[in-house]
Amino acid sequence: MSFLTISHLEKAFGSNLVVKDFKLEVEKGEFISLLGPSGCGKTTVLRMMAGFERPTSGRIRIDGQEVTGLKANARNIGMMFQAYALFPNLTVADNVGFGLKVKGVARTEREARVAEMLDLISLSDMAGRFPFQLSGGQQQRVALARALAPSPRVLLLDEPLSALDAKVRVSLRNEIREIQQRLGITTIFVTHDQEEAMSISDRIVVMNAGIADQVGSPFEIYNRPTTRFVANFVGTLNTFSVKVEDSNLGKVRLAGQALTLPGGFASSGPEMAIALRPEALRLGREPGYETVVMGRIEDVHFMGSIIRLRARVAGESVVMDTFNRADQPPPKPGTEVEISLSGKDAIILRG
Amino acid sequence: MTRFFAWSALLFGSLYFLLPLVGMTEFSLKMRRGEYSFDAYRRVFEDPRFWETFSYSLTLAVATIVVGVFLVAPTAYWVRLKLPQARPFVEFVTLLPLVIPAIVLVFGYIRLYNTSSWLPMTGSAFGTDILLTMGYTTLALPYMYRSVDTGLRTIDVATLTEAAQSLGAGWITILGRIILPNVMVAVLSGAFLTLAIVMGEFTMAALLNRPAFGPFMQLLGANRAYEPPALAVIAFAITWGCMGLMQLVTRFSKHERAKA
Ligand SMILES: Nc1ncnc2c1ncn2[C@@H]1O[C@H](COP(=O)(O)OP(=O)(O)O)[C@@H](O)[C@H]1O
Ligand SMILES: [Mg+2]
Repeated sequence: MSFLTISHLEKAFGSNLVVKDFKLEVEKGEFISLLGPSGCGKTTVLRMMAGFERPTSGRIRIDGQEVTGLKANARNIGMMFQAYALFPNLTVADNVGFGLKVKGVARTEREARVAEMLDLISLSDMAGRFPFQLSGGQQQRVALARALAPSPRVLLLDEPLSALDAKVRVSLRNEIREIQQRLGITTIFVTHDQEEAMSISDRIVVMNAGIADQVGSPFEIYNRPTTRFVANFVGTLNTFSVKVEDSNLGKVRLAGQALTLPGGFASSGPEMAIALRPEALRLGREPGYETVVMGRIEDVHFMGSIIRLRARVAGESVVMDTFNRADQPPPKPGTEVEISLSGKDAIILRG
Repeated sequence: MTRFFAWSALLFGSLYFLLPLVGMTEFSLKMRRGEYSFDAYRRVFEDPRFWETFSYSLTLAVATIVVGVFLVAPTAYWVRLKLPQARPFVEFVTLLPLVIPAIVLVFGYIRLYNTSSWLPMTGSAFGTDILLTMGYTTLALPYMYRSVDTGLRTIDVATLTEAAQSLGAGWITILGRIILPNVMVAVLSGAFLTLAIVMGEFTMAALLNRPAFGPFMQLLGANRAYEPPALAVIAFAITWGCMGLMQLVTRFSKHERAKA
């Protein structure tokens, strides 16, 4: 039995079925991200876990306890919102101590816990400030401390970084992950930002129109997407149409060049689609890559450590990433280049 | 040129407002022939009925404010949180006291709660006081509701409520520790408006035959020459004092400074 179990969860607003047959098993101490485009039902799933929405059907169990019918204030779940959720009339310390006060924790114990929490988010010297005297990032850190102070069983975060600017967003997400690992708290993190989800999660649930399309580690989600939606939503894809020569041995031809797909990948039809990530295409002849195709550079984006090239290969416009090297300037648009690729990197799109 | 018109408009407005006030004040000081004096004020303050009616109305004002806050704050909060589609309707209801004259209301009260009715509220002084408090609450409803609702608009009611709920708080804790403190300035401004309304109200108190400040002012006005303007100046001072307090409260409430 998992620590947190969601089974056959569904939610309808009127006739609009927003969450469909949602299943998830979460182990204690895991960091799970719900990833998906805006409006796909991530917040609704989270709000049902928190007790703010009543599921139309389905069950939620936490630590062996059925919580589906339980009120939000009886679930002992910590929640962090997008923004503006700190109590404006309370100081930082009183905000953090609110949950403990509600629980009736004695003053000395409460103060000790608040101090510990403020230390955790390195804001001990701001205990007496009011929320409006803090920056957006500091406010969110206080919100995190407030959610964690009563030692909740589960921590829920609904796009807590989306209102912050890019630099703070990256540093705070790392801080959240670090604190989560230190406390070992089971965490569900909602985001529409795939980079955010992949960098800090143990596992990711990719959601599409109310359905959990795929559940897996960031590595699995990125390299072995099981649906076309996941493949397209997470990362960039180059799709090629290939001719199947021998489906048992996985032999196919891309632009006339032979390519071997991993076992069981090739379809039995005469043609199929395969996809390659931008980093699976290598500029020039590379040892260890089975095939070389010709391409014409269309566009060059220098992004610092990575150079993103757009090239035309076998009638398709493809994107490839190469690392920057100081001794090797990137090719100019219009030049013909050799591109190495390999069948073992192929992603097969089904469904 | 536009500046000239702006200034003259301001000047005209000020004169329109201030001249009667100055005239009234000047007249109230002329009780002693040939010189200015505070005789009229002394006479007012020496009158025991002034203190009786004043403290009676003040007590009722406080009761009205308490009832009003307990009625309006949870209602406005609940409407904002759970029934946003009902807001126009609730606003309409709270505006009714502005279009229904107080005399209609009080006749309704007398018909419904007279000594031979199912609930003879007018039978005792205390019952009538309760009735009067309810009437005052109704009269102050438009101002109280509007103030509190405006206050609620400045905070994210839904998110704050859910944040408090996830920390284990129930409705009373949420209202008392989070919502009310955050709309305190709005509640107080509604309270001071209520105070001003109750202190000057005449119709209801007179028809229910209670010794309130409004009927006392009327009685004095009908029988004396110099004391009524003195009383009016005192009433004005009270009202303006309330306005000043409203400003002061806003100034001193720490976490409100961000909004200002
Ligand atoms: N209270 C509600 N009433 C009606 N529809 C809602 C409500 N909350 C969310 N929805 C709808 O449910 C869908 C999913 O919303 P949401 O869970 O917020 O998506 P996400 O968080 O993934 O952006 C949206 O189409 C939204 O319009
Ligand atoms: Mg959302």
